[in-house]
Amino acid sequence: MSGRKTLRTDVAIVGGGIVGASAALALRQMGIGVVLLERDLCGSRSSGVNYGGVRRQGRPIDQLPLAQRAHRIWGRLRETIGTDGEYLRSGHFKIARSEADMASLERYRAQSRDFDLGLELISDARLRERCPWLGTRAVGGSLCAEDGQANPRLVSPAFALAAQRAGAQVFERHKVEEVAHDGQAFMLRSGNALEVHAPALLNCAGAWAGSIAAEFGEEVPLQSGHPAMAVTEPLPFFMDWSLGVEGGGIYCRQVARGNLVLGGGGKGIALDADRARSDRDAIASLSAQAVELLPALRHAHFIRTWSGTEGYLPDRQPVLGPSRTTPGLFHGFGFSGAGFQIGPAAGEVLAELVRDGRSSTPIESFSIERFTPTPP
Amino acid sequence: MTASSAAVQPVIVGAGPAGVRAAQALVAHGLRPVVIDEASRAGGQIYRRPPASLAQRSAQALYGFEAGRADAVHAAFDALRERIDYRPDSLVWNAQGGRLDVLHGPTRSTSSLPYGQLIVATGATDRVLPVPGWTLPGVYTLGGAQVALKFQGCAIGERVAFMGTGPLLYLVAYQYAKAGAKVAAVLDTARLADQLAAAPAMLRQPAVFAKGVYYVAWLRAHGVALHGGVRPLRVLGDAQESRVAGVAWHDGREERTLACDAVGFGHALRSETQLADLLGCRFEFAPLHRAHLPVRDAAGRSSVRGVYLAGDGAGIMGADAAEWAGERAALALLADNGVAVDAARAAELERKLQKLGGFREGLERAFPVPQDWAAHANDELVVCRCENITAGTLRQAVAENGADEMNRLKALSRVGMGRCQGRMCGAAAAEILAHATGLPLQQVGRLRGQAPIKPIPIHLAAAPSAEGAGE
Ligand SMILES: Cc1cc2nc3c(=O)[nH]c(=O)nc-3n(C[C@H](O)[C@H](O)[C@H](O)COP(=O)(O)OP(=O)(O)OC[C@H]3O[C@@H](n4cnc5c(N)ncnc54)[C@H](O)[C@@H]3O)c2cc1C
Ligand SMILES: Cc1cc2nc3c(=O)[nH]c(=O)nc-3n(C[C@H](O)[C@H](O)[C@H](O)COP(=O)(O)OP(=O)(O)OC[C@H]3O[C@@H](n4cnc5c(N)ncnc54)[C@H](O)[C@@H]3O)c2cc1C
Repeated sequence: MSGRKTLRTDVAIVGGGIVGASAALALRQMGIGVVLLERDLCGSRSSGVNYGGVRRQGRPIDQLPLAQRAHRIWGRLRETIGTDGEYLRSGHFKIARSEADMASLERYRAQSRDFDLGLELISDARLRERCPWLGTRAVGGSLCAEDGQANPRLVSPAFALAAQRAGAQVFERHKVEEVAHDGQAFMLRSGNALEVHAPALLNCAGAWAGSIAAEFGEEVPLQSGHPAMAVTEPLPFFMDWSLGVEGGGIYCRQVARGNLVLGGGGKGIALDADRARSDRDAIASLSAQAVELLPALRHAHFIRTWSGTEGYLPDRQPVLGPSRTTPGLFHGFGFSGAGFQIGPAAGEVLAELVRDGRSSTPIESFSIERFTPTPP
Repeated sequence: MTASSAAVQPVIVGAGPAGVRAAQALVAHGLRPVVIDEASRAGGQIYRRPPASLAQRSAQALYGFEAGRADAVHAAFDALRERIDYRPDSLVWNAQGGRLDVLHGPTRSTSSLPYGQLIVATGATDRVLPVPGWTLPGVYTLGGAQVALKFQGCAIGERVAFMGTGPLLYLVAYQYAKAGAKVAAVLDTARLADQLAAAPAMLRQPAVFAKGVYYVAWLRAHGVALHGGVRPLRVLGDAQESRVAGVAWHDGREERTLACDAVGFGHALRSETQLADLLGCRFEFAPLHRAHLPVRDAAGRSSVRGVYLAGDGAGIMGADAAEWAGERAALALLADNGVAVDAARAAELERKLQKLGGFREGLERAFPVPQDWAAHANDELVVCRCENITAGTLRQAVAENGADEMNRLKALSRVGMGRCQGRMCGAAAAEILAHATGLPLQQVGRLRGQAPIKPIPIHLAAAPSAEGAGE
């Protein structure tokens, strides 16, 4: 190998998922220099294999400012990344299976009133009229007409391509194997191929971000999880909403080609640190719940199952914000199964933090300080 | 169940020549293996048996020159019936954590079967390099055309053209002609020169070589038109595009057409590797097979402890090799469990398999995959029929989104996302990707396998019952 390439730039980013890629794009739109290193292919991990739910409804209230910001980005997706990525504001319907669930959905509507989600509760006769395909377990639900779905396989790589078109230097198949900070700047090294120097570093390494944080003395209880996913053969189109279930359980949506994409119902299994697949018991649970919720699926076939590797934090909130140990370092990881919708906003927030030292969107709840060990 | 079989009850997936000989060797050493096969009767692809309900045709009528071998494999299996745990009509659709998930067709139930050792003998399917018009009714793969004849006793049409390359091309044409069908022509993409150059290597298996020569001579003697060095252009439809009406090809000088009402086509075979993939076996590119295949040692041990690979599922080597490899893998399994086996026999089997390798190289030279197929595939050509993905769409994913690897190509284009999960379109898509990127085929990789191996009814997936319920 004829020597390592050395690059100097304003911001180095580790990880080309939707968070890292949208941060790269936002930085370029601010005229800031960016080098992004992705170990594999951009958007090939969580960001490219997730269920594709683009929903605000049901998120913790302190995520809603971020989710609203993301909602606006999703609204101009084509202008932003050059493709609509099959994004549809199809409506997201959260199903209640009991009166208690209904009451809980009602409470959520009240709590989220300031955020203009436009939630509409539907039950009884109106429910049967609007969705005759729902099984009898459903007694009602809450509709967010402006929430929807998109194709993650298309959207997430497109963010990286858009960043590249905007001038970001994107290196795929370049794993960051070494990071250091000399008091002035960061140094990232990918094998013998590439060395990057930059005064700012974004840690967007998804489920693998914990070790980078630890390099800078910030231990976080980040764990890997593997939501189980499955898809049916194409069926006659009958359902445009994306469905979720109050209190957890499965979620499903039907794409224009007719396939139903389903998720939830238990965990997948890790094959190794990087790869995972659906677990047989998860498939079984997914199937049972799916048939109960949508009797039309009784005669359908699953044609494929899969999973991914996602980073979870114990409170199911991401870490998003500045490092508490190292100036110039910013974290954006641990989206705990729900980062696809808010990913583009998280990227913008990271870019703002680099440029302004602060974000115009409240992110206090996501501070890494919440994991700071309390001094003895 | 004997005491020793309780300790080690290995599972064999596939009851073709490889699986049958593996079972026989295990039984001979006192074990009682479980033999699982998706088909309703043992025999595999080549020695496929018609359903018992169909009027019995003789082995001679069904298998021709192969009748003796077919009889031998069937007889071997029939003799084992009481000494194995045989589960026909049973599809293995998943493997995880030391258990196989099995879908039993007739009772429409699924069960989960634990295993300690496993012999994977899942065989092959046709390798398809599509031509325009290949989705018309009346177009079959060569294997499919043969299955219709062997299994259902019917021909795919009254005037059938066979197109593509590989040893099956002439064999199936011969079988059709023998069975009384009109063979319109045999159109081989390989040239006579290819076959001549390969002759020395092929003579390593003089009997097999002689059979091939015989089929060609017989077809010629019976007035069947044989054309070599063709470039298939398209399958022609009738006025309503509702059925095959002919084929068009280029013979090197000019375009030619021929009327027919059915087409059998294919470019040899591809290994059925999904199960090995789900089991975690390591894959490598095998240049001879133009495919990524699970690696194994000379005895059939995969990279995963307790998992053995035999037959066409681990690399296309033909039926005789499948028998030897099945037996060899069984001996390896036994030896790995401390059972004394005949080392001389094991060595002899390895020698035979090794020798066949040279013959296989000859076959590839005689019937090469047309290297220019991808270059000639026009943008409108449908490559993946489940998802209706064209060559143009694949090229677009390369040009506009930089796809340079099979799974990325799948993510961006949906190729291989349908019911077959790339079993039918994967080889062709890889050729297109390699051509469009200028990368060697080996570098574009392979589609990762995902359960279920074949589609499973949701309501059955919902209820995996305890082991044994499939019976
Ligand atoms: C199966 C599944 C279903 C989901 N469903 C939904 C949903 O419906 N809606 C929703 O909003 N969210 C969903 N999520 C969550 C969402 O996908 C994630 O929160 C989001 O994609 C996280 O984006 P990311 O950029 O942080 O991580 P990732 O997409 O994982 O990106 C991190 C990247 O960093 C790279 N990387 C790691 N270490 C290194 C290194 N050392 N050097 C270089 N690169 C490195 C990785 O290769 C990876 O590409 C789901 C997740 C999964 C797994
Ligand atoms: C359609 C076709 C026709 C052929 N015709 C000829 C011919 O005429 N002459 C010739 O020399 N060669 C022929 N071949 C090649 C020949 O079949 C093989 O060389 C030989 O049969 C290989 O034996 P095997 O035991 O490896 O696999 P096979 O004979 O293919 O047996 C594999 C068995 O595994 C079963 N199986 C596969 N996957 C699963 C699963 N997930 N769960 C349960 N069961 C499973 C299948 O049902 C099958 O019975 C043909 C191949 C094909 C595909």
